[in-house]
Amino acid sequence: MRTAFIDTLNDLASRDERIWLLCGDLGFSVLEPFAKNFPNRYVNVGVAEQNMTGVAAGLALSGKMVFTYSIANFPVIRCLEQIRNDVCAHNLNVKIVSVGGGFAYGSAGYTHHGTEDLAIMRVLPNMTVLAPGDPIETKLLTIAAAERPGPCYLRLGKAGEPIIHTSQPHIEIGKVIVLREGDAGTVISTGATLGMAMKAANELAALGVSVTVLSMPSLSPLDKDAILLAAKNTGRIVTVENHGLGGLGSAVAEVLAESSIHPRFAAMYLQARPAKVAGSEAAMYASHNLSPSAIAAKMMSLIDS
Amino acid sequence: MPELRGIRVFHAKLHDLRYPWDMSAETQLAVEFSARIRAHALRMVNSASAAHIGSALSIADILSVLYTQILRVDPVRPDWLQRDRLIVSKGHATSILYATLAERGFFPLDWLTDYCRDESKLLGHVSHHVPGVEVSTGSLGHGLPIGCGMALAARADGRASRTFVILSDGELDEGSNWEAILFAGHNRLSNLTAIVDYNKIQSFGTVKDVLDLDPLAAKWESFHWDTIEIDGHDLAQLQTTLSRVPLEGDKPTVIIAHTTKGKGVSFMEDRLEWHYKSPNPAQLEQALKELGYTS
Repeated sequence: MRTAFIDTLNDLASRDERIWLLCGDLGFSVLEPFAKNFPNRYVNVGVAEQNMTGVAAGLALSGKMVFTYSIANFPVIRCLEQIRNDVCAHNLNVKIVSVGGGFAYGSAGYTHHGTEDLAIMRVLPNMTVLAPGDPIETKLLTIAAAERPGPCYLRLGKAGEPIIHTSQPHIEIGKVIVLREGDAGTVISTGATLGMAMKAANELAALGVSVTVLSMPSLSPLDKDAILLAAKNTGRIVTVENHGLGGLGSAVAEVLAESSIHPRFAAMYLQARPAKVAGSEAAMYASHNLSPSAIAAKMMSLIDS
Repeated sequence: MPELRGIRVFHAKLHDLRYPWDMSAETQLAVEFSARIRAHALRMVNSASAAHIGSALSIADILSVLYTQILRVDPVRPDWLQRDRLIVSKGHATSILYATLAERGFFPLDWLTDYCRDESKLLGHVSHHVPGVEVSTGSLGHGLPIGCGMALAARADGRASRTFVILSDGELDEGSNWEAILFAGHNRLSNLTAIVDYNKIQSFGTVKDVLDLDPLAAKWESFHWDTIEIDGHDLAQLQTTLSRVPLEGDKPTVIIAHTTKGKGVSFMEDRLEWHYKSPNPAQLEQALKELGYTS
């Protein structure tokens, strides 16, 4: 995803002189082309995320579109008040890019696990919150983020995520993407669990159960109509995310609770449990019971009950 | 007298002048402006039962010189691209900033009477929804990083705009400031000037007792800033110094302004409690009298 992001940003920056990139001394072997192509619009601010975000605000107040870039929580939680007060309250054109959402840095430990970021970002005023599901969504949402004025949080995986979309989907901020249609239930995924959701749908199909799969990369604004339609048409919803409480599952639950439609509903999210032992990304997800079979089993439990 | 839009004719008795006959017209203007904004701020906090008058009076003279003689701003076009930027990072000193902006013609003076009242734009910390304000502040340690970004943008765009950031001394406890100080020095942001309101009293005690900044000038210098210490209430000195920035041309400048919390009102000077208290009617009358006004 990060390759798709930086390639797209390079392309955008060659056409839009407002685009700046600030990094917090991270991005080795990723950001170099941007730094080379646009040396006057690239600043490594050092390991100082509060200042990075404030500098981004100052640049944006002077007409620039500024991308800040770092790993997991560093450009998000470390400088949360700068994001809240400086970027969001002033409604500035600052795009916060975090690499390593969820357990992308699995064995690096809890400091590098992005497990609360979506919950925090989606409650901030003016903030667009995007978590692409694969490199194709990453590219299209990077373009969409640049076209949409105002603050944006772009949560990426790391590298090597598989391409899930077989064709180029139509992407609009605030809209779901339908990957598969079925009437037994709906699996909604945000971020890099999209592949898992599709595999779960295949497992269910093998059992003769046909489900809809929605990719919901945009958590704010949220496609409430799509959630309600899925609830109405399929009667069962399972949300999947590589994030803890407060993210996609909570957002969907809020919409359903306020509606008159009450489908069978289950939210699959990461437990609030800082890692005590090392684990690869896959091992970490397994330890939080997040896998294609677990998703399929969860859907079956809604169908059977 | 220099012509300034929004400056009204002053009738105040001149306060704090030892040798008025020696003063330049500019300094005399600043003296009158200082007294006037102090009087506004006192009336505002009295009327609103608001806090932070000590912090406000502490920077009255700095704001006075900036807005009468230094800043290239236009009240008719607050978003003029070529303007200088001022960020009051100690966003609790809001009464004096709003008094200054109103006196300078950014908005009507009668807005001041609604300070902190329901539906007033003039809320208790600095808000960018008020004409002439660049950035909302209130939580400390935010202004200087933003100022760095503004200075960086001006340099990249080849604009002559300068950026000034007023910081409190207590605010320098915040680590974000030191990130920005390091950044500005490293990137040689010579179009950036920080002004430290060094009144030596912070929220819950003296700076010396709470978290000592000494030696403050040496700290900034070692971060590659041009550093100068002045009397933050000496209008001529403020004017001379602020007119000279950037001091050397390839470094950011910090002016460490030695100030007195509550300056201009005898019973508020150097008293921590005026970070919190609001003057009652009798105290207001006394304070205004000292400034040469009747309430």
